Amino acid sequence: MGGRPNDAPLNLAEHTPADWEVLVDAVSVALGARGLRTTDELRRAMEDMPADDYLALSYYERWARGTEQLLVEKGVLTRDEIDRKMAELEPTWDVS
Amino acid sequence: MRTPAYVKGKLGWIERVHGSFRNPESLAYGGDGMPAQPLYMVGFRQTDLWQTRYSEKPSDTLYVDLYEHWLEGVPST
Repeated sequence: MGGRPNDAPLNLAEHTPADWEVLVDAVSVALGARGLRTTDELRRAMEDMPADDYLALSYYERWARGTEQLLVEKGVLTRDEIDRKMAELEPTWDVS
Repeated sequence: MRTPAYVKGKLGWIERVHGSFRNPESLAYGGDGMPAQPLYMVGFRQTDLWQTRYSEKPSDTLYVDLYEHWLEGVPST
């Protein structure tokens, strides 16, 4: 978990959370309140992903992927449902 | 085992005993976390962790909370 030591200087810049990051946090906390996610489960789901993926993703991207993993494991959502919804929403994004 | 990679295999000391808490390895998979495991605050010298890349005071210490079953004993000196 965490990063890997290297010789690059530490980035200590403050970071204002983007809307999607706030949303990822809120969804995760809401799932916790419903008993669908615990901190230990989310950590495990994030830390089990391949190291290259883990290191390539940003902090809340890891949360999102870990949350997706747990919801699929627990049978709350299926990958098909998630992919279908993503495809449906993608045209509304202001990004490619 | 859930410990920062940079303390694995490093020599440290028990600074404090926090008590016993539910085992996160079980909780991580939806288990009840029992039996509870003793949790320690373990001290490491920063220079032991980062060698010459650590250029601050040699006495500087990093504390990490680690469960007993993630620790390995060493002969006392």
